[in-house]
Amino acid sequence: MTISIRSVEKKFGRYPALNHVDLEIADGELVALLGPSGSGKTTLLRTIAGLEFPDAGQVLFEGQDVTFASAAARRVGFVFQQYALFKHMTVARNIAFGLDVRKGKDKPPKAEIARRVEELLNLVELEGLGKRYPSQLSGGQRQRVALSRALAVQPSVLLLDEPFGALDATVRKSLRKELRRVHDATGVTTIFVTHDQEEALGLADRVAILNAGRIEQIGTPDEVHDNPATPFVCGFVGEANRFEGTVSGGRFTSGALSFAANGAGDGPAVAFVRPHDFALDDGGFEVRVVRAHVQGALTAVSATTADGRHIEISASRAEAARFAGAIKIAARRSHVYSL
Amino acid sequence: MAAPTKAQFRHPTDDPAWAKAVVIGLVLAFLGLVLILPLAAVFAEALRKGLAPAIEAISTPDAWAAIKLTLITAGIAVPFNAVFGLCAAWAIAKHEFPGKPLLITLIDLPFSVSPVVAGLIYVLVFGLQGWFGDRLVDHDVKIIFAVPGIVLATIFVTFPFIARELIPLMQEQGVSEEEAAVSMGASGLYTFWRVTAPNVRWGLLYGVLLCNARAMGEFGAVSVVSGHIRGLTNTMPLHVEILYNEYDFVAAFAVAALLCLLAIVTLVLKSLLEIAQPDVKRGGGH
Amino acid sequence: MLDDHPMTAETISARPRPSSANRGPRRPLFRRRSAIPGFGLTLGVTLTILSLIVLIPLSAVAIKASALSPGEFVAAAFSERALAAYRLTFGAAFVAAVINGVFGVLTTWALVRYEFPGKAVVNALVDLPFALPTAVAGIALATLYAPNGWVGQYLTPLGIKAAYNPIGVTIALIFIGLPFVVRTLEPVMRDLSADVEEAAASLGADRVATIARIILPALGPAWLTGFALAFARGVGEYGSVIFIAGNMPYKSEIAPLLIIIQLEQFEYANAAAIALVMLGVSFLMLLVINAIQAWSRRFV
Repeated sequence: MTISIRSVEKKFGRYPALNHVDLEIADGELVALLGPSGSGKTTLLRTIAGLEFPDAGQVLFEGQDVTFASAAARRVGFVFQQYALFKHMTVARNIAFGLDVRKGKDKPPKAEIARRVEELLNLVELEGLGKRYPSQLSGGQRQRVALSRALAVQPSVLLLDEPFGALDATVRKSLRKELRRVHDATGVTTIFVTHDQEEALGLADRVAILNAGRIEQIGTPDEVHDNPATPFVCGFVGEANRFEGTVSGGRFTSGALSFAANGAGDGPAVAFVRPHDFALDDGGFEVRVVRAHVQGALTAVSATTADGRHIEISASRAEAARFAGAIKIAARRSHVYSL
Repeated sequence: MAAPTKAQFRHPTDDPAWAKAVVIGLVLAFLGLVLILPLAAVFAEALRKGLAPAIEAISTPDAWAAIKLTLITAGIAVPFNAVFGLCAAWAIAKHEFPGKPLLITLIDLPFSVSPVVAGLIYVLVFGLQGWFGDRLVDHDVKIIFAVPGIVLATIFVTFPFIARELIPLMQEQGVSEEEAAVSMGASGLYTFWRVTAPNVRWGLLYGVLLCNARAMGEFGAVSVVSGHIRGLTNTMPLHVEILYNEYDFVAAFAVAALLCLLAIVTLVLKSLLEIAQPDVKRGGGH
Repeated sequence: MLDDHPMTAETISARPRPSSANRGPRRPLFRRRSAIPGFGLTLGVTLTILSLIVLIPLSAVAIKASALSPGEFVAAAFSERALAAYRLTFGAAFVAAVINGVFGVLTTWALVRYEFPGKAVVNALVDLPFALPTAVAGIALATLYAPNGWVGQYLTPLGIKAAYNPIGVTIALIFIGLPFVVRTLEPVMRDLSADVEEAAASLGADRVATIARIILPALGPAWLTGFALAFARGVGEYGSVIFIAGNMPYKSEIAPLLIIIQLEQFEYANAAAIALVMLGVSFLMLLVINAIQAWSRRFV
């Protein structure tokens, strides 16, 4: 199922939640919508689902306009942030709901529904829990029930709103792998919303980064991390030191700091340098090391520049051993954006 | 210095025993005077001459007519307000639209209107000198000093009970279960019956209970529109008034005792509901 | 991976297309606001019923009163007798609300913080004024406080007359108003977190200081709301009052009774004028209560 979002706009009162959003999603893709809260990512997901209707623009499924079609007509599977399981129904009844509501010849026979429920319980590794009620399950198990309930209707697209938001770190990790596995097993086009960049970069084929109702960049995890298109993406995805200064003659200067401007035009600019892109360099600028602590194979070093600004550096432990007192460093790589 | 014994130790958020005793004593004395004494007085006065006269008083044809009219009135007003409450709660709690706080305030409005004014407004609209007075006379339709007026006035004074119980309950439950059902192809009605109703049935029952107690007991509003026609437009509370004003105290208190039993049953059911389903209990009075 | 789940791969990857019935750019007549159906129907029913039962009939009061000239309106709504009735109604409602304010806090405190035998019964009984028909309360209170009644007989020798005068009106309004204060305070008192009190105690506040400076201020908005609700209900109350009031013009006649007296004399416009004044006070109280609640939300 291909999905096209064409200049979709949506306002809540005066507040623009979506501002001319365009997005193309290919068949079978696993796409993350990443952004801070209030960026419009959930609104975009709900617009695709048919739970929210845009003020302007179009939503196309496989080239067909579904902008004002209901969620059911679109055959989306939606997984809600807080699961939205029906508390008074067993797990099996929850999963069967989408099949139970069908009428006439569209409704599968009872045995068929029961078989499908079993199958889905197996898929999400909840064998034998069909007779339980949602309140008797752990958070992670509820999430799996929500996932299989959404899959039961054989959706044309699977949509998940902050699917792992309410879970603790360990469960998140295993469910992330689970979602990838289910996606690969079913091949269903999948879109999920998250504010967690690690989740987006680690799980999705492509990541769309939203800010203030706009898509700032869409690309593979590598692309958005290594070649951020905008200052916002650079600051939001991965860690970065931020400097304000000016570009002149191909160099960015901010106080005592200076490095190549990577093609940014002359004038005021903002630059980002990832902590691991700083290295010792006698031709660089001077910083004073304040503190260093081990982070796995790397060492995180906090330093201050001569004019008192704070810098985070990340280096291999061997290299960091030479970081002491006043040192000279330079940026191997930087992202500079004209303002 | 000796360590404090367990008896001496008091948690910082706990009050000393003497303070507790004083507060509880004051509260029991006050509630005894204000609540229990009147309740006891009703039964004592009703049984002043023994059980037989009391039973006789509630079995007169006029008393029966009053009981019947009270049941009919509540039987119309309560379902009407339940349907209204469900509609209002569905529109308000499950959808977004401008002017929502104003609408909620307007629904609450009858609570702040004096029952006498509630009766008056229907007299002004449907009475002989009212807006539709002539037309109603032409068609021989009687609303004021008749059962329809009593029902209307009762609907007015009990109007917000069920809606204001359901609206916060349904708002608290959010919309995602309904959205989930709809996204899987369920119709609006199916979603309501299978997903929403099971979540709000106890709240609805709670609202119905309070609405019913008020509907059966309403006095001021009904008094204005009823015309006090014995055997025809007298509800139980109005019948109590007539008997009382005729100095037939045993009969008056006998019918009053019946209404007390209704109140006690209501309170017992309400308490049981609150114990079984703590969610139904919301803040704020009625 | 696929080997673990052979069935699912085959059954679930059969992805159907969206049903054709809903294809095409069908822009609905009204902009779709919500994915949940039934909005138009339920809001329509709500507004229709609200208008027919509440709003249009209420407007009849203003329209009827507007038939009077300004002079006639003042003569009807602010006659000496009406002013005396307002003074009694608002005065008694205020005093009753104050008394309920004091005992309401104590009652709620006992119910929320203490354990004592019969607590469940007391808790249920607090709502009695909601459940008991007002006429029943009225005749019971009148009988109790009459000079020869259970309570009245002990007051008479002390020179206190508690029925058929303003004191009687106040007693009835205390009965009616009590649950408003208790039920408004209760959830707030229950939600007062113990750690705030513990923090106050750990900072050296004694119990009295903790109650005076931490607990009571936190209850302030809810107390005011409960007070205003009890007062508003008291102003409009009729059934429980008329039996114990005595209903003497200028002395113990409440404003709602005055409306009924005007009605019985077929002075509909005069009745509407007094009703308009009372409605004005009701709306004012509603605004005050909403304002208190909006103000109190700043603290949560």
